[in-house]
Formats: sequence, C-alpha cells, structure tokens
Amino acid sequence: MTAAHSEDLFRYALRLGDDSLILGQRLGEWCARSPEMELDIALMNTSLDLFGRARTFLTYAGEVEGKGRDEDALAFLRDVGGFSNALLVEQPNGDYACTIARQFLFDAFDVSFMTALTQSADATLAAVAAKAVKESTYHLRFSRDWLVRLGDGTDESHDRMQAGLEEMWPFLHELFEMDAAEQRLVDAGIAVDRQALRADVMARIGDALTEATLSRPADGWQPVGGRRGDHSEHLGFLLAEMQWMQRAYPGSQW
Amino acid sequence: MSKVNWPLWEVFVRGKAGLSHKHVGSVHAADAEMAIANARDLYTRRSEGVSLWVVPASAIVASDPADKDSLFEPADDKVYRHPTFYDIPDEVGHM
Repeated sequence: MTAAHSEDLFRYALRLGDDSLILGQRLGEWCARSPEMELDIALMNTSLDLFGRARTFLTYAGEVEGKGRDEDALAFLRDVGGFSNALLVEQPNGDYACTIARQFLFDAFDVSFMTALTQSADATLAAVAAKAVKESTYHLRFSRDWLVRLGDGTDESHDRMQAGLEEMWPFLHELFEMDAAEQRLVDAGIAVDRQALRADVMARIGDALTEATLSRPADGWQPVGGRRGDHSEHLGFLLAEMQWMQRAYPGSQW
Repeated sequence: MSKVNWPLWEVFVRGKAGLSHKHVGSVHAADAEMAIANARDLYTRRSEGVSLWVVPASAIVASDPADKDSLFEPADDKVYRHPTFYDIPDEVGHM
C-alpha cells in the first residue's frame, strides 16, 4: 500500500465511520422521548447498530492512519472541522416524521451502498458491509413502513411527513457525491462508485413516496461540504453533548 | 398527554428450529405488521429466536381462575400419567 493510497483509505473509513457515528448519536437523542415505548426501543436498536459500525470503521481508520489514534480518540477528540460525515446525518431530529424522513433517505441509500461495499477488495470494509447490509435492510423496512404510515395516514400525519421530507431532501444529493480520493479507491476496487447507485436508490425512494401518497420534493438547493469538514451549525452542538465527558475527564472509562 | 393506546398483541418466539413457539410477553401496535416489527425489536434483541408469532390479545380465550380447582386439581393424584415409571434411553433425547 502506497502512502497516498493509505491516506485515501484512512479518509474513506473515517467518512463511513462518521456517517454512522453522527446518525447513531442523533437517534440516541430520542432515548426515553419517543412517541411510544416500542418505538423507543426500535430507534435505539438502529442507533446501536450504527454505533457498532462506527466503532469498526473508526478503529480501522486509526489502524490505517498508523498514528496511534483509536476509535475513542477519533470519536471524542476531533473538532467539528475534522468530521467528514454527510450533512444529512447531522440534521436535527425535528418531530418524529422529520426523523423518519432523514432515516428513510439514509437507509434507502445505505442498503445499495452496503450491498456494493460487500464486493470491496478491502477485506475489512467488505466484512463490515456484509454485516451492515442485513442491519440496513431492517432499518429500511422500519423507516419505509413509517414513511408510508404517516404519509398515507391522517391529514396531519401526511402534512408532517411531507414537511419532514422537504426538510431533508436537499441533503440527499451529497450522499452521491464523489471526490478524487474516492474515485482513486473506486479504481482500485476498494470504494463504492456512489454515482452508480443513483438509479436504484431513486427508484426505491420513488416507490415508497408513491405508496405513501407523498410528493417528491423539487431538486433545488443541494448543499455539500460535509466530507471536507464544512458542516452546518448543528454539528457543533451535537459534538458538545457527545464529547464533553471525554473532554472534561480525559481518558475516563466505565 | 391523553391518548388512545394501540391494541395489545401477545408475542410468541421460537427459540430454534424444532422447538415450539413460547409465549414471551406482549407489545402494543396499530396492526399486525407493526406488531411483528415491535416484537422483533423488543424480544429478539439478544438472539432469542428464529421465528415470531403475534396474536391479538383480544383473540386469546382464557380459563377462569375461579375454575382452577375443578379444572386442574383432579390431575394432581394421577401420578401414573407421568412417564416416570420406566427408563428412557439417552438416545431419545428431548421428549
């Protein structure tokens, strides 16, 4: 492995870890506040699946980097600008419909992404993906089910679901974004060509929206920048809550 | 917050192939599909099962606790109904 290649792989594993970590943390904010006890457990199950992935990806990123940073150092001791998650996953929970919209768009993408990643030439990434694809299939089943229930429910649930979708839609675009580093890894058979997933993902989303009697939001504003560390103002608050204990009591364990 | 609870469903889990479904508890859910999803999330988090049944709690017909003596006590003095008077070969395994 060349140094340049190693740097690309580090950034790639970090991105995948950050997507999982930040979305897991967002879902965790619902703990003990969900609309129903059953949903509380369902959302926390998804959150824990994502934390499990984050741990593996970040541990691997640390190994590839070779500077002695472990999963905890990467999760708790980086500042906002050092995080490379997509903007979608850091968006605030809003109401339950808004959370479902964010989760559905992520899952609809993630099922295709993780399926493709199982073919990676990198054995670690392929192994994580093989586990993740089963989890994501269930996550999608859950979020799609609720998208349809709320969309095709009462007038109020329909309006809230549509509003949540409008809120999250602009951030879908970034999930398909490729940069030079990812393209080099695609050429090496390691990374997934995100652009190649677009047709499948959009078809999956379209089917669900039709069933849910929701309209597809217009493609207007399509913000990017999360991969470069240019985040919305929301991420700093999320990190403050997630990181304060390690910052206040460095190295503390329980 | 006042609200109407979702209907109650009784949950049965099959631990592994060959065993029967066993009652493990209940969940609230708006319909059958959601009941399966909620049961999965509540009762199979620790690899407890390979198959789930959910049944509307309202569909369960229960015996009357007041009938306990007449229904069950007559069996108490019929030990000969238990297969304890002959040896079962180890090879038989689970009976």
